[in-house]
Amino acid sequence: MLEIRDLHAVVDGKAILNGLNLTIAAGEVHAIMGPNGSGKSTLSYVLTGREGYEVTGGEILYQGRDLLEMGPEERAGEGVFLAFQYPVEIPGVATSTFLKEALNAQHKYRNEEELDALQFVKLMREKTKQLGIADELLKRPVNVGFSGGEKKRNEALQMAVLNPRLAILDEPDSGLDIDALKTVAEGVNLLRGPENAFLIITHYQRLLNYIVPDKVHVLTGGRIVRSGGKELALELEEKGYAEYLGAAA
Amino acid sequence: MNMQGTSRTTDTFARQFTESEAALPGASLDWLRRYRRENLDRFRELGVPTPRQESWKYTNLRMLEKLDFVFDPRVEQMPAIDKAPSLLPMNEGCHRLVFVNGRFHPALSTLEALPEGAFLETFATALERHPELIQSQLARIDANANSAFSALNGALATDGVILHLKPGVSLAEPIEIVQLSGMRAGTCYHPRNLFLLERGSQATVIEHHRGLGDALSLSNSTAVISLEEGALLRHYKLQSDGTNAYHLSSVDCEVGRDASYDSFALSVGAQLSRSEVSVNLSGEGGKCHVNGAYLMRNRQHCDNTTVINHLVPHTSCREMFKGVIDDKARAVFQGRIVVHPDAQKTNGHQLSRVLLLSDEAEIDQKPELEIHADDVLCSHGATAGDLDHDALFYLRSRGIPEAQARSMLIEAFLAEAINAIAAEGLCPALMTSIAHWLADA
Repeated sequence: MLEIRDLHAVVDGKAILNGLNLTIAAGEVHAIMGPNGSGKSTLSYVLTGREGYEVTGGEILYQGRDLLEMGPEERAGEGVFLAFQYPVEIPGVATSTFLKEALNAQHKYRNEEELDALQFVKLMREKTKQLGIADELLKRPVNVGFSGGEKKRNEALQMAVLNPRLAILDEPDSGLDIDALKTVAEGVNLLRGPENAFLIITHYQRLLNYIVPDKVHVLTGGRIVRSGGKELALELEEKGYAEYLGAAA
Repeated sequence: MNMQGTSRTTDTFARQFTESEAALPGASLDWLRRYRRENLDRFRELGVPTPRQESWKYTNLRMLEKLDFVFDPRVEQMPAIDKAPSLLPMNEGCHRLVFVNGRFHPALSTLEALPEGAFLETFATALERHPELIQSQLARIDANANSAFSALNGALATDGVILHLKPGVSLAEPIEIVQLSGMRAGTCYHPRNLFLLERGSQATVIEHHRGLGDALSLSNSTAVISLEEGALLRHYKLQSDGTNAYHLSSVDCEVGRDASYDSFALSVGAQLSRSEVSVNLSGEGGKCHVNGAYLMRNRQHCDNTTVINHLVPHTSCREMFKGVIDDKARAVFQGRIVVHPDAQKTNGHQLSRVLLLSDEAEIDQKPELEIHADDVLCSHGATAGDLDHDALFYLRSRGIPEAQARSMLIEAFLAEAINAIAAEGLCPALMTSIAHWLADA
């Protein structure tokens, strides 16, 4: 589904990704772990097309197509989703309006029928119930005044509603209590299937107790320095990143 | 003193006056003839304002010199129009006064029955029926008429709306004033509105200025408003004049004890517009909201200039302006709050926020607090910036195309100002105007 080859990227004139290789097949859950500043968030923004993240070498193939050619909205239409580490506040736009516009924009992109108001309300009821999210959250402006946990829950809800093929979760566990963590994990597990893939970026092993990954990668200095199975996460939890930091330097 | 030197525009208006004086409504009233001549003299003395005057520093009217204006107030010169646009769902009982090129058009208007103690008439009709009411109201504004265009309006006002509510009279339905222009090149008109709300009365007035074509036009309106004890006026306006329109308007409002003036204006039209709102809070407990929003593009120019005078203790004002400026358009916000020495416990807040959508868009903001009392709560803020890039990326990353994402953010930015409007049915109409503006990009 996703093939990243020798990816180099620069932010503000500084090289952050230095020859990153990663292949994710449909049906797989990959976790990327690494210390601060290793390029984890940069990878998530390069994958979703954020301005200011300049690719200077390598390529990214998504379902056999050149992902870097596409604008952020096209990538979303093609099924790429990023759960933000710091979800953005949008005053004046109700969460439900935002979600409806987003869902219908993606349907339009894929030449699928758009949802009418009633169908949308039904879908939202189903998804909020599955994730144990209060309906009241939908009426509030996107992320405005949300607690850290509410913001992450909102990302999980968006993921559930937009039903992506490739979901990238950028530190979905940062600053979360155990309940919110479970909501996020529930969002992933609900979606998980042979057609979908996940890339989970995290510092800590904790989340991986709830979302069991197929593969774990260590990212330092802008490249993947080690890959392994789910047991690698436990090893990292125990030993930390010290040995890899030395290797990267 | 002639500050202007000779000006073709000043001479044109003066000539128009001489040529049409005898044809103006109420021409046979001695006091009115004197009033008009005094105003014309004052206009000639003051001349068309130039940027050398502090309050006109950012709005230059020199382009008027190159334009040819005609003044023809004759009703029989009105173009034929089948139907006038409305901002409101056509409720039964809604009062609509439609003006075409500044003259009242009875066939397009609906004047429903009014409660006892309510008078709603055109300026021209009121001059025939109760000249004394007009005389007393006009006398009031002589004192502070140091504005050239108010003086010009005093000389050439031909039509407008007179609303007079006796104590305790409230109008359940809004009054919609529709001003249609842009159909005949060079037309200029000077609407004069007078709203006198006596003790405890209430009304909602909605002005809709609309260009039905893109012919050159100049509208120079003056509204004089008196709100007596406990009265409430909601005064809302949409200015969507044509692309060659020049739109000058001045509102002069006196707010008495516990009275309330709630205003909002959305400007999307005209080549150049200047809206002056001046409020005197002269009774304890008096309140005003002076709000506005504007969307400008191409080379449009929009000026909002406000002066709020807190004259006595315990008065409050809230001002909020939101602007969106694209291309080479330019906007001006000058907001002055004056707290006079006796006006303790004043509560005055002003906010002007602008979105600049292009590198060549320009905003000049001049917030001024002038405080002569020591126990007051006043604040002002002015910001200008681009759309929030993080928010834009967030929306796009969810599949919303860039143009739509930008529109959503612009609408959300303006919604705060528009949702403060307390007139049923009007907010959707204003949001529709905004959506049309955004779709035209």
